[in-house]
Amino acid sequence: MVDTKIYDSKDEIAWCPGCGNFSILEALKQTLAEMNLKPHEVVIASGIGQAAKTPHYINTNGFNGLHGRAVPPAQGIKIANKDLKVIIHSGDGDSYGEGGNHLLHGIRRNVDITHVVHFNQIYGLTKGQASPTTARGHKTTMQFDGSKNEPLQTLLFAIASGCGFVARSFSGNKEHLVKTLKQAIKYKGYALVDVLQPCVVFNHINTFSWYKERVYDLGSTDYDPTDKIQAMKKAMEWGDDGIPIGIIYKENKETYIDKIDYLREGPSLVDRKWDPKDAEKYMEDYK
Amino acid sequence: MKYNVLIGGAAGQGIDTLGILIEKILCRKGYFIHSHKDYMSRIRGGHNFTQIRFGLEPVYSHWPILDTIIGLDKETVEFHSERLREDGVIICDESIEVEDNRVIHIPMVKFAKEFGNHRAAGSVAAGAMFKIFGEDFDIVKEVFSEKFEKETADSNFNAFKKGYEFVEKNFEFPKPEKRNQILINSNDAIALGALAAGVGFFASYPMTPATSIMTKLSMKQDDAKIVVEQVEDEISAINMALGASYAGVRSMTATSGGGYSLMVEALSLQGITEIPIVVVDSQRPGPATGFPTRTEQGDLDFVLFSGHGEYPKMVIAVKNAEDAFYQTTRALNIADKYQVQVIILTDEYLADATQTIPPYDFSKVRIERYIMTKEELGDVEYKRYKPTEDGVSPRIMPGKIEGAVVMIDSDEHNEYGHITESAEVRTAMMNKRMRKMEGLVSEIQEPDYFGAENPEILLLGWGSMYGPIKEAVDMLNKDEISVGALIFGDLYPFPTRLLKKYSQLAKKLINVEMNFTGQLARLIRQETGIFTDQSILNYNGRQMDSYTIYSRIKEEVL
Repeated sequence: MVDTKIYDSKDEIAWCPGCGNFSILEALKQTLAEMNLKPHEVVIASGIGQAAKTPHYINTNGFNGLHGRAVPPAQGIKIANKDLKVIIHSGDGDSYGEGGNHLLHGIRRNVDITHVVHFNQIYGLTKGQASPTTARGHKTTMQFDGSKNEPLQTLLFAIASGCGFVARSFSGNKEHLVKTLKQAIKYKGYALVDVLQPCVVFNHINTFSWYKERVYDLGSTDYDPTDKIQAMKKAMEWGDDGIPIGIIYKENKETYIDKIDYLREGPSLVDRKWDPKDAEKYMEDYK
Repeated sequence: MKYNVLIGGAAGQGIDTLGILIEKILCRKGYFIHSHKDYMSRIRGGHNFTQIRFGLEPVYSHWPILDTIIGLDKETVEFHSERLREDGVIICDESIEVEDNRVIHIPMVKFAKEFGNHRAAGSVAAGAMFKIFGEDFDIVKEVFSEKFEKETADSNFNAFKKGYEFVEKNFEFPKPEKRNQILINSNDAIALGALAAGVGFFASYPMTPATSIMTKLSMKQDDAKIVVEQVEDEISAINMALGASYAGVRSMTATSGGGYSLMVEALSLQGITEIPIVVVDSQRPGPATGFPTRTEQGDLDFVLFSGHGEYPKMVIAVKNAEDAFYQTTRALNIADKYQVQVIILTDEYLADATQTIPPYDFSKVRIERYIMTKEELGDVEYKRYKPTEDGVSPRIMPGKIEGAVVMIDSDEHNEYGHITESAEVRTAMMNKRMRKMEGLVSEIQEPDYFGAENPEILLLGWGSMYGPIKEAVDMLNKDEISVGALIFGDLYPFPTRLLKKYSQLAKKLINVEMNFTGQLARLIRQETGIFTDQSILNYNGRQMDSYTIYSRIKEEVL
């Protein structure tokens, strides 16, 4: 195991005191350290938002792109260099709102990346508006009469779309979070992990204790995450009856790179050797 | 001597295939060819045609007057016979009832059926056409065998022969020498340029008229061991390409105006992150869906100003299939050298116009990446956005150098790529990025000039207007009219040297463009303060041909 200190960034952290992001960041560093990964071997990709600042607060490669657009560059990076570990850290608005289409098709494409969603059911950086996961009726700084829309059932959506690794964890349970992240990163394919986290400033309903009282670990039950129908039922469990954390669904699938012989067997695209003369033969088509 | 043949019919009747076969045979015989397509946004039916112009001298543009019409349906004959010269020939099936003494009715469908292939009717017509032009069988069989499976090749060849035997020779036509040439359109040329220049990743979403660039690359991806990915939308296309480019692979995307609109936010991301990228905008008429299968030069303003904020970029319009190949390889090198976006402007006319040109010289293509190795970086701490004299910061591949990480950010950032709110850092970073404009200016290629040495009339055009204007200038010069033309390829940064020289000589400056507002003229005013005196514009979705430009200059200018 490498020392977690090698992941420390010199950047000043702009998160609010008490934010769930801090424990997610610490868990991420511990996970990478336990997996013996060096900073240059990892890319943290993100969109825009508070969670999306994660790449700045950890000493690895980073791609802090546009709002909602974490998934496309993350896929491009992995396709270009299969030796890199590519992990997305972004919020629920970024991942499920503006980035919804990319997530859907990212799942279909099944590039071997991990997508960690900081799930706090509210918009933080823009100061307290509803996110795609905000509960119906939840009053916000924009939805004064409460959110009119149904919250997206994110994990159900992911399973239904064909995601091969669907999990949930909680920022208040570091041990569980590290274990889940490790499994997600080791999984070969698109791994989606919702991490429940309180927003101490803007979400006064789904607080630390609200989550804490409801979550229960599937790992301590006889739940079988390979049964897809069971998994879809499990993914629908939410609220006062309990919120399951752990691996909700897992299935081995061929990854994008596995499907391309020369990428699977050969070098990464970044190491491809090419001379312009190699393309000269393609001119034959035009003679 | 140049001849002009039109092949028309409904979508699904195989006009495209027939056109390609005829062009291939003529190309191998040594003719110079320029052909262009006119088709509708539908899969079956409608009216589509290909016009093939060929001769013993180079052909640069399409031409309105026809020598032969091959009509696979009645509409073709009705629509186009007005443009057929008096002693021209119409070849059509016996079932098409039309009163015109230029018609040669052939039992095309019947013959085709005799050989068990009702789709070979077009080949009967092609055979007839070859006989009419006094051509021989040479090369026909080999082209058919390359294009089709054996059985289909045989039935088409037999149908061709049957058509050939059915008609009499009509035109006297001098024969060309065989020459080493290729027959290609600009989209394929761009794809070939991308392959030559080592593009490793290409992400795109199908959109006419850009789609065939991706199709060509997709056909070659296994052989070239590259990745061509059809993505969910153009937003993903450019963001994914930026990701791959960040990782160190030469990356590219292509689209038309609507898709380019979706890419604009990410073009701005490119501006601040300085990840090299080449984007092709194959223009079609807008606004919105506009004319999906037709042509326009309407996106120049948009492309020049696309992307919020200020950042360096380069815009290059390609002029023809020969230029498209070399400009693509050049664009990719410039993008890497200055870590900028290079936009290649082309359009439907060029995408669907095939042309005979000398084979590309692959030994002229260089792949220049400007990516540092561990040894080149040395022992210094790596800073992705280190300020430098020319504004270009050191680029490395993430994951390749232990101890060095690559951080890029869409926020304003410091030299490490981390978010900043500092006024000083902001100013320094803006200055750093904008300094790259000086480098881009040093790369500028001046426009092509042709025509009279001291022109009284100076025509100004860009991109795909090259061919039509070139022929129009030749015709006007033959009429002893003092005309010259500057055709711009590089549009931003804007080349001014030749423009200043010729605009001082000429009495009249006329911009000739395929748009409503005269966007080149505006760019010229903006960059040089030079006003054009008159415009020749067209925005009906159909490329102006040389004859139209020639006639409009005579009517509107002289």
